[in-house]
Amino acid sequence: MQTFAYARPTTLDEAVALLQLHGPEARLLAGGTDLIIRLRDGTLHPGVVVDLKHIPELRPAVRERDGYISISAGTVMSDLVGDARLRRHFPALVEAAAVVGAVQIRNRATLAGNICNASPAADTSPPLLVYGAEVVAVGPAGERRIPLDDFFVRSGQTTLRRGELVAAIELPLPGRRTGAAHVRRTRRHGHDLASVTLCCSVDETGLVRLAYGSVGPRPFLVSDASGTLADATASDAAKAAIFERFFADASPSPRSMRASPDYRLAMLRVLGRRALATALERLEAGGAR
Amino acid sequence: MITSVAAIPIELTVNGRPRRLEVLPHHTLLEVLRDDLGLTGTKACCLVGECGACTVSLDGRIVDSCLVLAVEADGSEVTTIEGVAPESRLTELQRAFLEKGAVQCGYCTPGQLMAARDLLDRLPHPTLAEAQEGLAGNLCRCGCYPMITEAVLAIAGVEER
Repeated sequence: MQTFAYARPTTLDEAVALLQLHGPEARLLAGGTDLIIRLRDGTLHPGVVVDLKHIPELRPAVRERDGYISISAGTVMSDLVGDARLRRHFPALVEAAAVVGAVQIRNRATLAGNICNASPAADTSPPLLVYGAEVVAVGPAGERRIPLDDFFVRSGQTTLRRGELVAAIELPLPGRRTGAAHVRRTRRHGHDLASVTLCCSVDETGLVRLAYGSVGPRPFLVSDASGTLADATASDAAKAAIFERFFADASPSPRSMRASPDYRLAMLRVLGRRALATALERLEAGGAR
Repeated sequence: MITSVAAIPIELTVNGRPRRLEVLPHHTLLEVLRDDLGLTGTKACCLVGECGACTVSLDGRIVDSCLVLAVEADGSEVTTIEGVAPESRLTELQRAFLEKGAVQCGYCTPGQLMAARDLLDRLPHPTLAEAQEGLAGNLCRCGCYPMITEAVLAIAGVEER
């Protein structure tokens, strides 16, 4: 592997100062499951790798505060899967975290790293978008909150500014009873990137929120408050029209090896309906709030 | 704060034995285990976290050691395949692998054993689907999957694995 300097800040201020000093020459190291691959294959050439795992505020933790569940930047997928509060309030996020990579990856890969890489195929992005997640960024000017929908630009690019890092991801506790489901399409079961990854939620007022990824430069969030999708008596044509509007932004790359654009677009519609059906069943069964 | 391009001193416990080493920032845990400590049971294969041949236990959780920098393991407890069977005996799990023919070329076997051991620690009585899911990060190009899961299920619930 290429050489680089290793920095191990023990405070947020030290980490921010390193990012300000080195700019794009610095890369943050959390779980390393993406970074180390790119250091080895030469797609990244940082001068310094900044290991965030010795900063107390970023240590793995899932906490409740001020109506939010706050997930610190060091929290890995396995932590999410094992967290009772997340399972109760945000089951579709747990469902997504449970299918990222395999056990070895989930024990290392962080939620914050997953969204900072901004891969359109990231499985945790759709549920985070559906649940209205906010990114807590810390930088030279202090702390600011970024709605996740305003965080993604395109693969590998976010709206984080120079010197900023993600300290936590926060999910507002849902005020209403909600059913939600995460579904995905992969080539093989167990350990694969998604050809389509999608999450759908429906609450007791009939509001449907849906987010999907791996079919464009970034994941997309859409919603419908008409109640039609939750109405068992509504016509299939009426529902189909809403789904067509939902998926209008999908533009899968023809260059991807994983699946053809036609296949992805077809599966998007199948998975959208499937996730909605499961979300409705879960709402019917009591849902989460 | 440490900032270094040169070798960095680290301390870690490997298979119960405290070790002090100096490692370069770009050396992975896999390289240090194999090249510096001579623990060649852990295998290098895909180097992108897909095949699981380099699986070790790091602070009680299995990881792909090709995706962990050695400096990240500073202060940690590492268990490799060399550390699972004390006193040079086979564990019940290893014996089951042999009995069920779960080993052909053997290259993936250390990683499979580390993952199977971890699975059985978390789920002492896995279903077939759970066993397959727990081993999904370990590829076997000889195609021994049915025998591997058979071995895991055969010793499910056995106390001394």
